[in-house]
Amino acid sequence: MSMRLVLRGREPRWLAPVLVLVAVVIVYLLTAGPIRGAGANPQAAYQRYIVTPLTQTTSLTEVVLAAIPILFTGLAVAVAFRSGYWNIGAEGQFLAGAIGATAPGLYLPNLPGPLAIPLALVAGALAGVLWSLVPALLRTRYRIDEVVTTLLLNPVALLLVQGLLNGPWRNSTSGFPVSNNLGAGYRMPLAIPGSRVHLGVVIAAVLAIAIWLVMSRTATGLRARAVGLSPDAARFSGISVRKTLLRSALISGAIAGLGGADQVLGVGHKLSQEVSSSYGYTGIVVATLGALTAGGVVLVALLLGDITVGAQNASLVLQLPPQMGEIVSSLLMLAVISMLVLRRYKVSWRRDRSGALAAADAPGGGGAAGPPGPPGSVSAAQSHDPASALPSMTASTAAPDSVSRAVSPPASAADIASPGAPSSSKTPLEQQLSTPDATVGTPGEEETV
Amino acid sequence: MTIAYLALLTAMLTTATPLVLAALGEVITERAGILNLGIEGTMYVGAFTGFLGAELFGSAWWGLLIAIVAGVLAGLLMAVLTVTLGVNQHVAGIGTTLLLIAACDFTSRLKYGGGTLPQIPKFGQLFADVPVASQFLLTYVTFLVIVPAAWYALRATGMGLKLGAVGENPEAADAAGISVARVRYAALAIGGALMAMGGAFLSLAMLGSFTLNITNGRGWVAIALVIFARWRVWPAVAGGLLFAAVDALQLQLVVTPEFAAVPREVMIALPYLVVIIALAVSGRNLRYPGAYLQPYRRT
Repeated sequence: MSMRLVLRGREPRWLAPVLVLVAVVIVYLLTAGPIRGAGANPQAAYQRYIVTPLTQTTSLTEVVLAAIPILFTGLAVAVAFRSGYWNIGAEGQFLAGAIGATAPGLYLPNLPGPLAIPLALVAGALAGVLWSLVPALLRTRYRIDEVVTTLLLNPVALLLVQGLLNGPWRNSTSGFPVSNNLGAGYRMPLAIPGSRVHLGVVIAAVLAIAIWLVMSRTATGLRARAVGLSPDAARFSGISVRKTLLRSALISGAIAGLGGADQVLGVGHKLSQEVSSSYGYTGIVVATLGALTAGGVVLVALLLGDITVGAQNASLVLQLPPQMGEIVSSLLMLAVISMLVLRRYKVSWRRDRSGALAAADAPGGGGAAGPPGPPGSVSAAQSHDPASALPSMTASTAAPDSVSRAVSPPASAADIASPGAPSSSKTPLEQQLSTPDATVGTPGEEETV
Repeated sequence: MTIAYLALLTAMLTTATPLVLAALGEVITERAGILNLGIEGTMYVGAFTGFLGAELFGSAWWGLLIAIVAGVLAGLLMAVLTVTLGVNQHVAGIGTTLLLIAACDFTSRLKYGGGTLPQIPKFGQLFADVPVASQFLLTYVTFLVIVPAAWYALRATGMGLKLGAVGENPEAADAAGISVARVRYAALAIGGALMAMGGAFLSLAMLGSFTLNITNGRGWVAIALVIFARWRVWPAVAGGLLFAAVDALQLQLVVTPEFAAVPREVMIALPYLVVIIALAVSGRNLRYPGAYLQPYRRT
C-alpha cells in the first residue's frame, strides 16, 4: 500500500479555492507554534495582521502605501515570468530606478512639478531597463542563465546606492549616507489628502490595467504567453522567441525601475540605503500568488501590504518580531503553490502502475491525442486544464537538450512536465492556445496581425 | 604598490571555503536535476543554527553539527516541494530562501532583541604562525577531504552514477530500477548539508558571531560558480578560488594609496562583476543536465 498521485482528467471548479483555503490553514498551523513561542496568542496575532489594519482609515491608507512598491515589483516579475524569463533581479532594477529618479532631483532641483515628476519617472524606468539590459542580452544572445546574472546584479545595485551615498551624494549638511532632499517639484502629489498615499498608486493601477490589456487582448501579449508556454512551439509557429524574451525582460526592468523611482518621489523624497526593503524579492511572492495576472498581483499586493502594516502593529503591541510578516507571506506562497499542484492529481492508495492509463483515459484527454508514449499523453490530458498561469510545475515539452531547458514555461497548459520527451512530442501551439486562457485566436491569425 | 602575496593566498583559501562548500552542494543537487535556489537561505540557516548551537552548548563543534542537521532539513524541505510535489523550482527555491532567512531573523530578534549578538566559541586556526598554512581545520577538511571525496563519489561510485542518471534521463534511470525520488531526496539532503556547512563556516570560523545578512549573496555566487564550472567539481573549486582571490585582492588594494580614490563599494562589487564577466565569456550555449528543472513522475 503506498500513496501515489494520479493525474486527474478534469478539475472540479470548487477545487482550487478549497485548496487555497487549505493552504491558509496550513500556514496558520505552522506559524501558530512560533507565535506562541514568542509569547503571543496566534489568533490575536492574525487578528492584528489581517483585520486591525483595515479597521481604521489611517492604517487603511498605510496598507495602500505599503502595497505600492510591491505592486510595481509584482507586476515586473509577472510580466517576465509570464514569458518564461526568470527575472530574479527586480530588487536591483528597483534600486537602479531609485538612483535614476534621484539624479535629476539632485542636479536639476528647481524644475517645476509638471516637468520634474515625469522626468524623474522616465529616468527611473530607463535606469531599470539599463540594469536589466546586460542579463537580458546575455540570455537572448548567448543563452547565459538569466537567473544567475539577475541575482548577482542585486548586491551590485545596493553597493552602487551605498557608493553614491558615501560619495558624491552624501548629505551635505548632516554628513550621513543619505542624499539631500530632492527639489520641491519632485514631491509626488498625494492621491488621498491627509494620508501618505501618493499618486504612485494611480500610476501602478494604470500600469496594471495596461498590462492586463496587453497580455490578454493584443498580439504582443499572446506572443509573450506563447513563448512562456512553450518556446519551441512558439518558435515553430514563427514567433521570434529572442525578441519576445528581450522585450519582456526590458519591460520588466522598466516597471521595477519605475517602482524604485516612485518610492523615492512618493515616500522618501531622498535616496537612502533602505529605499527597498527586499521589495524586489517580495515581488516574486506577489507575482506567484497573483497567478502572474495583473488583477491577481493587485489583490496580493494589497494583502501583503495589509500583513506588513499588521506586522508592524503586532511588533509594537504584542512584541512579536516583525519578521513574522515575511514568514507568513513566504510560507503562504509555498503552501499555495504546493496545494495547487495537488488539484491536478487525485491521491491513489493502490500500489499499481496504472497512472499512464488513468491519464490517457481522462475525460477529454483522448480527443487531443498527443504523440505516442506516456509523456505525450500526459501533456495532452493536461491541455484541458483550466488555465491559471501559476507556475506550479516546470515544463518543457521539447527535446531534453540545452536549447529547451533554459526557458521553462511558467504557464498552464503545458504545466505537467513530460521530461525527456522526444522532440517530436511538441504540443501543437494551437492545442495550447485553445485553453480558456487564450482569447486572441490561433497563431495563424496572430501572425497576420 | 606592493601586494602581500602570502597574505593574499591565506585570505583566498579562507574566503573560498564557504563558497566551495556551497558550490559543491549545488553541483550535487543540480546534477540530480534540481536547481536549488534555496541555497542562500540554507547557508543563512547554517550560519545561524551554527551560531545558536555553539552558544547553547559552548562548543563550535556542536554548532557545526547542528548546522549540518539544519542544512539537511532545509534540503528536505526543497525535496518535498520540488521532488514530491513537483513545484516550479525557481519559485520553490526563492520561497525557501525568503522563508529561512525570515525565520532566522525572527528567532534572532526574539532571543537577542535588536542588539548585538554575543561572541561564541569559534574554531581556532591551525599552524597559526605559518603563512598560508594558517587556516581553520574546516578549510583543510574542505579542500583535502570533501572536495576529493565529492569528485570521486560523483565520478566513480554507484551513488554518483545514479545521481547523473537521474539528472540526465530519469525515465531511463527509473526503468533501470533506480528510485528517482530517493536519489533526488538524497542529493538535496547532502547538498543542503554542504551549503549549511559553508554558512556555518562564516559564523563559527570567520566571524565568531552572527549578524543579519551574514551570507550577503554568497549563495548566489555559488550558483554562478556551478554554471561557470559546468557542473564539475574541480572547476567549481577553481571558480571559488578565483572569486576569493579577487575578493582578497580588493581588500588589500583598498588600503593602498593608489586605490585610495576608488570608492570602497566599487572594490566590493568587483568580485561579483568578475563572476558575471567569467560567465559571459565561458558560459555560452552550455549543455545543461538533461532533466534540469524538470520534475519526474511516473506516467
